[in-house]
Amino acid sequence: MSTDATPEQKPYQDLTPEGRRLPRWFLGLAPLILSAIVLGLLSLAQAPGLARLGDVPPREEVAIESVRLSAGQIELVARNEGPDPVSIAQVNVSDYFAAFTQSRAVIDPLQATTIKVTYDWVEGDPYEIALITSAGGKILVAIAAAARSPEKEPSFFALMALLGVYVGVIPVILGMLWLPFVRRSSGAWVRGLLGFTVGLLAFLGFDATIEGWELASQTGAFGGPLVVLLGVMLAYLLLEGLDGWLKGHRRTAVGAENTTSPGRLALLIAAGIGMHNLGEGLAIGSAYAVGSLGLGAALIVGFAIHNTTEGLAILSPWAHEPPRLAPPRLLGLIAGAPAIIGCLLGATVYQPTLAGFLLGFGAGAVGQVAIKILPMLRDKAGRLLTPLTAAGMIAGIAVMYLTGLLVRA
Amino acid sequence: MYGWSSSKLPSRRAVLSGAAAAAAVPALSALALTAGALPEHGGHGPSEPGSGVPEAPPTPSPRDAPHADQRHAGHAGFQGGSVPPERAGIDPTAILRDFDRGRVSTLPDGRTLREWDLVAIDKDFEVAPGVTFPGWSYNGRIPGPSLWAQEGDALRIHFSNAGAHPHTIHFHGVHPAEMDGTPGIGAGSILPGQTFTYEFDAIPFGTHLYHCHQSPLAPHIAKGLYGAFIIEPKQGRPPADDMVMVMNGYNTDGGDDNEFYSVNGLPFHFMDFPVQVTQHELVRIHLINVLEYDPINSFHIHGNFFHYYPTGTMLTPSEFTDTISQVQGQRGIVELRFPYPGKFMFHAHKTEFAELGWMGFFEVRPA
Repeated sequence: MSTDATPEQKPYQDLTPEGRRLPRWFLGLAPLILSAIVLGLLSLAQAPGLARLGDVPPREEVAIESVRLSAGQIELVARNEGPDPVSIAQVNVSDYFAAFTQSRAVIDPLQATTIKVTYDWVEGDPYEIALITSAGGKILVAIAAAARSPEKEPSFFALMALLGVYVGVIPVILGMLWLPFVRRSSGAWVRGLLGFTVGLLAFLGFDATIEGWELASQTGAFGGPLVVLLGVMLAYLLLEGLDGWLKGHRRTAVGAENTTSPGRLALLIAAGIGMHNLGEGLAIGSAYAVGSLGLGAALIVGFAIHNTTEGLAILSPWAHEPPRLAPPRLLGLIAGAPAIIGCLLGATVYQPTLAGFLLGFGAGAVGQVAIKILPMLRDKAGRLLTPLTAAGMIAGIAVMYLTGLLVRA
Repeated sequence: MYGWSSSKLPSRRAVLSGAAAAAAVPALSALALTAGALPEHGGHGPSEPGSGVPEAPPTPSPRDAPHADQRHAGHAGFQGGSVPPERAGIDPTAILRDFDRGRVSTLPDGRTLREWDLVAIDKDFEVAPGVTFPGWSYNGRIPGPSLWAQEGDALRIHFSNAGAHPHTIHFHGVHPAEMDGTPGIGAGSILPGQTFTYEFDAIPFGTHLYHCHQSPLAPHIAKGLYGAFIIEPKQGRPPADDMVMVMNGYNTDGGDDNEFYSVNGLPFHFMDFPVQVTQHELVRIHLINVLEYDPINSFHIHGNFFHYYPTGTMLTPSEFTDTISQVQGQRGIVELRFPYPGKFMFHAHKTEFAELGWMGFFEVRPA
C-alpha cells in the first residue's frame, strides 16, 4: 500500500483503537515476534513437552561420507545425522584397535569429523571398520578391496580438469559438427531432431534425479533425497524466471512474441545441459577422488559418446537461422565447461548431499529445457506428436540409455 | 603427542617411506627395536599417528592415563594404553589375588560358617578409553568378588538387589533346588529392593563360578553379574601364588558378538601392568570362562607349559600343555613355574579376542 493513499480509498484499515497506523514491516513481523515471545515464556515456565524427556538414551546416527586410503592410513569423514552429539571413542579395523586422530572429539548434530586411522592395510584386501562410540555403539564401514586413493596434488587436479574437458567440452563441441547436416535437413526432419533432443533431455533428467537420489540417501543429515527434489524445483524455477525476464526485455523492444526465440532457446539448452554436466562432473570427480571409480578408456569413451548427442541438442533449434545471442563455440563451452568445474569440485569437496543437490539441479535444468523445446515440435497443423517427433523422442531416449550403459563400466 | 616423545621415534611415515614396500608390523617393530629408539615399553598402540597436524585427540585425552608412556611395540592395544583402573572402576590386578573368605564363625556342630553380603548394583564402567559400559555388577565390580571356602564349610550368601531389574545368584556346585538361584524355584527372581539368603554347603571342591540366572540370560550374565567361587579341598593344596583369572567380554552395541575381551574385566590391562610372579615359584591360576556371545575362549602362555586340572575337582592334572580351551562356564586350574625371569605373554589363542583386549604379560622376577 502506498503512503499517499487516502483513508477513503481503502476498504480495510490497519488502525489501532487510537487510530494510529502501524508500519507495514511491523505488521509483517508481529506474528513472528509474538510466537517467539510465546515460545520463550513456555520454555521459561518449563511447560511439559519442551524439555528433554527424562532418561532417553542418546541416538547415535552417523553416516560415513568418504573413505580415503593412503600409505598406512585410512581417512574417514563421518557426519552426525542424528539429534544428539556423538563421540567416536575407538576405531576397530577388522578386529584390531587402531590408533587414530580425529578433527572433532565430539560430533554435534550436522557436524562432520575427519578420522585418520593408522593401519597398514594390504592392497586388495577387504576390511570392516567399526567406529565405536562412547556409548559402545558401532558404526560399520566396509571396504570391499583396499586400494590407494588418488593423492590430491596439483597433477591430480590437472587430471580432473582434463577429465572435465574429455567428458564435457570435447564431446559437446564434436556433437555440434552435425550443424551442416541439420542445416540441410527439411523442417520436418528438424522437428524430428528436436524430438530427439527432448527424449535425450528427458532421459538425462530422470537419470540425474535417480543418481542424485541414491547419493543423497547415504546421509540424512541435510534432509536426504529431499534435496534432490529441491534442486530440481530450484533449477526449473530459476530458468523459467530467467527466460521470462529475457522475454520481457525482448517484448518491449521487438513487440509481442510468445514463443522463445531459437537463439535464446539454444542458450537455454546450453545452460541447462551445462548445469547437468556440472552434476555429472561432480559425480565423476568425487567417485574418482574416493577411489570408487577406475579411470578406464571405456569410461571416457562412454561419456564422450553419451555427451556428443548433447551438442546435437544445442544446435537443433537454430539450425535454420544464424544464432543471435552467442556463437556456437561459446554455446558449446557453456554446455561443456561446467563438467570441468564439477570434476574439480567433486574431487575436492565431496559431500553426498551437495552432489545429490547439484545432480537434482542439473535434472531440473534439462527438464525445463525439454519443456521449452516442446512448442517447436509443432508442425504447420499444430500437431505436437507426429510420427517423426515421436520417433525422434524414442530415439533420443534409446541413444541415451544405450550410451549410458557404457559408463556403468 | 601422547606421554612419549615422538621426536625420539622414527615416525611411522618415515619408516614406511624408508621401507617403500608395505612394511609388515613385525618388520616394523623389529626395525624400531634394533634401532634402540624405543624405551622398554615402547609403542603400545600400533604406531604414532601423523604428527604435527593440530588434531583433537580422541576422547578422553590419553594424557589422563598415568601410564600413557607404557606402550608395547608391535602389539595390539588402545591408543594411549588401557583405561587406568581408578577411571575404569575395575582393577584386574587387585582382583587377581583378592580372595574373599567371608565372615568366618563356627557353628554349634563345629563346622565353619562363612557369610558374605552380595549386592547387585547397576554401575557404569569405562571398559575402553572413552567407552562407557552400563554394567550390572555384584558389589560394584566386574567380575564380582571371588568367594573362597574350604570343602564342607557351611555358606550363607546374603543377596540384596539394588539394581533396577530382577536378579538371582546361581552357584555352580551341589545344593538343594531352592538354593539354585533359578527363577521360579525357591525364592526365584529377587526383585529390585528385595533380599534373599542363599544357604548351602561348599561341595565339591574345585574352581567354580556364580552368576545371575534371570532371563533373558545372556545380558544378565554378560552385563557383569558373575564371579569366581573357589572351594579348597579339605586337605588343602600345595602352597602357591594363587590367583583368579575370569575371562569375559563386553558386548557394547547389542549385536551378536563382543566388542571388547578381557581377563579380570579390563581389556589390555595386563599389557600395561604385567602380572608379577617370582622365578621357580609355583603359580596357581583359577581360570574361569564366562564369555557370552562367542562360543569358545582359550588360554595360552608363552615360553612355558602348565599342568591343567579341569574344573579343579581332581588333584592330579589331566594335561601338560601351553594352550587350553574353555566353553561358557567351563573352568579349571592352571599350575606352572617360570624357569626364566623376564616378560612372558599370555592371551587367548583366538587372536581376534587377544587383539580386542584379552592379552597380557607375566613379569617374572629373578628368585
